[in-house]
Amino acid sequence: MSSLLDTLLRIVALTRKELLAVLKDPRSRMSLLIPPVVQALIFGYAATYDLNHVAYAVLDRDHSAASRQLVASLDGSGVFERVATLQRASDIATLIDARRALLVVQIDSQFERHLLSGQSADVQLIADGRNSNTAGTAIGYFSDMVDEFNTRWDQDHGLAPPPVQLVARAWYNPNLETRWFMIPGMIGTLTLLQTMMLTAMSVAREREQGTFDQLLVTPFRPFEIMAGKAMPSMVIGIIQAGGVLLVAQLWFRIPFVGSYLTLSAGLLLFLLAAVGIGLLLSAVAATMQQAMLYSMLLIMPFSLLSGLTTPISSMPRAVQYLTAINPLSYAIDITRRVYLEGAGLGLLTEDLWPLALIAALTLSVASWMFSHRMQ
Amino acid sequence: MSASASTSSSNAWPAKMRRVRALVSKEARQTLRDPSSLAIGVVLPLILILLFGYGLSLDIKNVPIAVVIESPTPQAVELAAGFELSAYFRPVSTRSMQPAQRLLLEHRVDGIVVIPADFSRRLAAGDAQVQLIVHGGDANRARITEGYVQGVVGVWAARMAAQGEATPSPLVNVQSRLWFNEANDSSYFLVPGLVVLVMTLIGGLLTAMVMAREWERGTLESLLVTPVRSDEILLGKTLPYFVLALFGFALCVLSAKFLFRVPLRGSVWVLLGASMLYVLIALGIGLLISSWVKNQLVASQLTMLVTFMPAFMLSGFLFDLRSMPTVVRLVTYALPARYYVALLQSVFLAGDVWSVIIPNTLVLAAMAAALALGSRALMRKTLA
Repeated sequence: MSSLLDTLLRIVALTRKELLAVLKDPRSRMSLLIPPVVQALIFGYAATYDLNHVAYAVLDRDHSAASRQLVASLDGSGVFERVATLQRASDIATLIDARRALLVVQIDSQFERHLLSGQSADVQLIADGRNSNTAGTAIGYFSDMVDEFNTRWDQDHGLAPPPVQLVARAWYNPNLETRWFMIPGMIGTLTLLQTMMLTAMSVAREREQGTFDQLLVTPFRPFEIMAGKAMPSMVIGIIQAGGVLLVAQLWFRIPFVGSYLTLSAGLLLFLLAAVGIGLLLSAVAATMQQAMLYSMLLIMPFSLLSGLTTPISSMPRAVQYLTAINPLSYAIDITRRVYLEGAGLGLLTEDLWPLALIAALTLSVASWMFSHRMQ
Repeated sequence: MSASASTSSSNAWPAKMRRVRALVSKEARQTLRDPSSLAIGVVLPLILILLFGYGLSLDIKNVPIAVVIESPTPQAVELAAGFELSAYFRPVSTRSMQPAQRLLLEHRVDGIVVIPADFSRRLAAGDAQVQLIVHGGDANRARITEGYVQGVVGVWAARMAAQGEATPSPLVNVQSRLWFNEANDSSYFLVPGLVVLVMTLIGGLLTAMVMAREWERGTLESLLVTPVRSDEILLGKTLPYFVLALFGFALCVLSAKFLFRVPLRGSVWVLLGASMLYVLIALGIGLLISSWVKNQLVASQLTMLVTFMPAFMLSGFLFDLRSMPTVVRLVTYALPARYYVALLQSVFLAGDVWSVIIPNTLVLAAMAAALALGSRALMRKTLA
C-alpha cells in the first residue's frame, strides 16, 4: 500500500518537474498555450465551404423584364456580387481566366418569350472549375435562386406550382454552416500535434543531452518515468482542448448540446492514445531530430486523413482502413457527435474502444521498450 | 590605386567562389549522408503526395440514405426506386419514421427521405410533398446530398409528366458548365494544392531543423571563426537543400501528372520558375525561424505553425478566399502559399493565363528577395 503511495508521489513529483521545465521558459510556454486558441479563431473563420461572396458576371442577350428580374434577384441576394456586365461572349473567357468572376450567367435572347409562351427557357451558367467544390456550391446557390424565381413566376402568372415539392430540413445544424462542423473537429486536431510531439521530444531531448541516464540512477522505476513523461503532456493537452472549446462556445457561439463528462472521457482516452504514440516514437528514435521527423511523418496523415476537411466515406476503401488506426478520426467523431448531437457514451462505443486499444497497445509496447533498454 | 582595387576584387571573387563551393560540397555531402534530410526531401514528399492524392476527395457517391415509404402506392414505390437506381445513393427502405431516425442517430445513414402517406392523393391534387431530413453536421456533404435528392425527384417528376400524369409548368432551366474541370473531379484541384502543401512543409523543415541543430550544437560558431563570411554560409547552407527540395517537387509533379492524371495545361517552364521561387521562400522562412529561435524543438513546431497550417487553411487550396472575413483575408495576403496555389491551379488546369501568372509571380519574387535580405541581416546581427 505504501509502495503504491510512493509510486504515486514519485509520479507526481516527476510530473511537476516536467511541467515546470516546459512552462518556465516563456517562449515554450507561449508556443504551447497561444497557438491552439489563435488557430481555432483564424481557422474557425477560414475553414468554411460556405460562400458569402460569389463574384459573377452577366451576359444578358434578352434585355427583357423577365431577365432583369432574374438578375435583380441575384443582386439582391447578398451573396452574389456582380463584377461585370458583359456585351460579348468573348469576354467570358477573359473574366473567368483572370479569376475575376466565379460564375458567368448567360441569358438566352428568347428567355422571356419562351417563358410567356409556356416553354422552358434556358440560362447557361459557366463556372470556374479550378476549385470544383467552390464552383459546385456556387452553382447550387444559383439553382436555389432560379427555383425561387420559378415559384414567383408561377404565382405572378397564375400558374400551378410544380406537382412535387421537396421540403428539406437539416438536423443538428439547421443553417448548414460548415463552421459548426469544423470547429468541434478542431478540438482534437489542434491538441494532437503538440501533445504527441511534446512527449516524443521530451524523452528524446533527455536522451540526447545525457540526462536520461541521470534519471535512471534515481529510485524511479521505468514505469514511473514513463508515467511522469506522459502526465504533463496530457495536462497540457487538456488545457489546449479546453481553450479551443471555449473559443467554439464563447466566440463562435456554437451551441453545445452534449455532456461535458462524456466529452472529457472521450478526450482523455484520445490524449492517452496520443501520448502513447509519442512515447512509442521516443522509444524508437535515437535523437531529437529523429523523434521530430517521425512525429511529422505521423501528424500529416493523421490530420489530413481524419475526416476533418474531407469526408472519410469519400476515401478509397484501402485508405479508409488506414484511418482505422488514426486516433484523430475517432476523436473528431466523438467531439462532433457529443458537441452537436448530444450523443452519450452508449452511441460512442464504436469510437471509444479503438482509442482504448490504441492507447493500451502503444503504452505497453513503449513501456516494454523502455524497461528493455534500461536494463 | 584603382588597379590594385580591381585586382583585389578579382582575387576576392574566385576566393569567394571557392569558399562557397567548398561549403556547398561539404553541406551536400552532409545532407546525402544524413538520413533525416533525405527522408524530408525525398521520402516525405512521395509518401504525402501518394497518401493524400489517393486519400483526399470531396466527391460524394454512395450516400447511405433511408427512404421512408409510409404508404406503398405505385407512385411512391416508383419514386423510391429512383433512389435505388441512382449511383449516388445507397438507400435503405423503411415503412415508418422511427427506425429511420434511429439509423440517422447511429450515423448509418446521412439523410432520410420521407414519402408521406398522402403522397399519391395530394399528387392528384397537384401539391404533393417529399420531405428530406439531412444530417447537417457536415454542411458541405448535406448540401450536395440535398442536390442529389432534388435531382432524383426531378427526374421522377419529368417522367411522370411525360406519361401525362402531371402537368409541367414553364421553368427556367439551368445548364451549368464547369470550365477547366469538366468531369467535376475534386482531385483536379486537390492535387495541385497538395503540391503546395508538400513543398511548404519540406522547404521549411529542411532548413529549420538543420540550422537549428547547428546552433544547438555550436557548430555554426566554429564556422564563424573561419574566413567564410555570413552570406557565404547562407548560400552554402541553402543550395543543397534547394536542389533536394526541387527533387521532391519533381516527384510531386510527376505523380500528379502520371498517377493522378491531373492535366498540365500550362507550360512546364512557368511551373518550374514559380516553384523555384516558392522553394526559395520556404527555405528562407525555415532559415529565419531557426536563426531566431536556435532550438530544434521550437523551430520545427514554429515551422509547422507558420507554414504548414496556414498553407492548409488559408491559401485557397480548399476554402474559398473571397468568403473569409476581411481580417482573415488580409492575413492571407501575407502568405506566400496563397500566390503559389493560385499559380499552380491555373497552370495545371487553365493553362498559361498571364493575368494570373504575372502578378502572382511578382509577389513571390518580392517575397523571396525580402526573405533573402532578412535572413542575411539576421545572420549578421547574430554573428556580431
